[in-house]
Amino acid sequence: MLAAFPRLRAILLRVAQAIPVVIGVVVISFLLTRALPGDPAVYFAGVAADEASIEETRVAMGLDRPLPVQFVHYVGDLMRGDLGQSLSSGRPVATDLANRLPASLELTLTALILAVVIAVPLGVLAATRPGTWVDHLCRVVVTAGVSLPTFFTGILLIYIFYYILGIAPSPLGRLDFIYLSPDHVTGFYLIDAALMGDWETWRGAAKQLILPAATLALFTLAPIARMTRAAMLTALSSDFIRTARAAGLSNRAVLYRYAFRNALLPVVTTLGMVFSFALGANVLVEKVFAWPGIGSYAVEALVVSDYAAVQGFVLAMALLFVALNLVIDLLYTAIDPRIGFDAQ
Amino acid sequence: MSDITPADMPRQSGTLDHVIHVLRANPVTLIAFGMFAFLILSAVIGPAVVPYDPLATNASNALQPPSWAHWFGTDQIGRDVFSRVIVATRLDLTISVAAVAISFVVGSILGCIAGYWGGWPDIILNRFLDTIMAFPLFVLAMGIVAALGNTVENIIYATAIINMPFYARLVRAEVNIRRDAGFVRAAKLAGCSDIRVLATQIFPNALPPMMVQVSLNLGWAILNAAGLSFIGLGVSPPTAEWGIMVAEGANFIVSGEWWLAVFPGLWLMFAVFTFNLLGDGLRDIVDPRKRT
Repeated sequence: MLAAFPRLRAILLRVAQAIPVVIGVVVISFLLTRALPGDPAVYFAGVAADEASIEETRVAMGLDRPLPVQFVHYVGDLMRGDLGQSLSSGRPVATDLANRLPASLELTLTALILAVVIAVPLGVLAATRPGTWVDHLCRVVVTAGVSLPTFFTGILLIYIFYYILGIAPSPLGRLDFIYLSPDHVTGFYLIDAALMGDWETWRGAAKQLILPAATLALFTLAPIARMTRAAMLTALSSDFIRTARAAGLSNRAVLYRYAFRNALLPVVTTLGMVFSFALGANVLVEKVFAWPGIGSYAVEALVVSDYAAVQGFVLAMALLFVALNLVIDLLYTAIDPRIGFDAQ
Repeated sequence: MSDITPADMPRQSGTLDHVIHVLRANPVTLIAFGMFAFLILSAVIGPAVVPYDPLATNASNALQPPSWAHWFGTDQIGRDVFSRVIVATRLDLTISVAAVAISFVVGSILGCIAGYWGGWPDIILNRFLDTIMAFPLFVLAMGIVAALGNTVENIIYATAIINMPFYARLVRAEVNIRRDAGFVRAAKLAGCSDIRVLATQIFPNALPPMMVQVSLNLGWAILNAAGLSFIGLGVSPPTAEWGIMVAEGANFIVSGEWWLAVFPGLWLMFAVFTFNLLGDGLRDIVDPRKRT
């Protein structure tokens, strides 16, 4: 029956391929939680625990049972969305993460959109005008972008735009305290404020967002620009472009309808790697700008050795990354008409 | 390709000629080698020649802007930022070199096994590498350090683990395409064991691309280690280390004391930039086709 819908078949196949990866991620997360320094039972029993209460914790947490049994329980807990209790906030880790996730997503997605909007045209221009200033600019941006530590870029931007020029608000979180945070609809302040029609708050949130997003964008820009340039150069030198030009198509049509659409495929593939970097760099940027997302949550938890929170964060990030990669691959299927029929 | 010994001598000098040619044609690579030498020098003799003790505090001389006495200024408790930045080179380079060395060795062994024998070790290795790569790598490093304990050694192990897949995949591919090559069959016929063939005939072929990978990877390993210590993992405060110095200096940037964070940050950038340039240069020498 599925044979009639090759596109749907390809999509289902790709979704099925994500399953072993998710299983692997869960296994590694489980091993990380069980590899805590010393005895986890001693740790979770608390500071004032004696022998008996440590033993009690061990039994209560199932730590006295063999590892495979513990793993089954761990997976069972995950299925119910239970990532354990955070010691520092006293709430379930899953709740904390869910509360803070929109802040991280808003930052990361804004940065990625910013990076793509700048990097793709830059790469295309550099490829179509080799040797000009655009090409050199592209090269400088690419080399500098991969050498810049994200946390350092962030601090430099704060110094320039907050301290010297005074045009950026103080780098403390998502919204200055003079504004009330908008009603929770999506958790994205920009969208929520726009839904309420509160443009004052929207501007305030946008002002706070622009520096951290720019920091993250600078970092993710480099690989995208590099890949776009290389892919465009490859596409422009291929035979079908020569044919298209020989057939008398306009420069514009050749560039955008033929070369660009083909160059887009390798670019979309690199986006997966870029996401990996962006999610990691996100942690550093959140720390620099005191952004209340899941990255700074993990950093705070690390400082006070709140392991359940850290491990929950690692798992959540990995699952997010797997999901993003899945979305990219599905996008790929949508962009490339050949894929649906090629896949068996 | 298989008759190495007689053709070896002219090929060697040919390589040298090629290296000289590339260096002459691309002065940037030469500069990169100079920058690299400078970094090594400051790591080796830095602690002996810096003007001040990197840990000596002097409360009366705190937060001084850069001057002739203190080139990079002083920090909040009067320590000389220049001395600290130079002394930190050794620690930062040690962490990244140790991490890259571990991933090089472990990755090579795993890659050789998977690429040469194939079969189930290959399948298991690939699944395992896929799983590691399914994590955002920096986040995985955070999780590993949190699980193993907050020490410098564990920073090294975590950085090694997240870099290992790149080496294992590279070696696996290089070994796999050569396992049935003529010179390998000849060596087997001559009575060499599998291990010996792998170590002396196949693996050396993977070394040139590995060197490029090492150089590019070192920069990334430094960034990674500095990032981990920036969020408070591994290196503990009084120690001079670039990431932690930027983190401490970040508190003063909003009040205008820029030199605390900017100089260690610049040095970090300089180191990463050096390794990236070096990697690009080495790639030109090793594989001229991939020149960009």
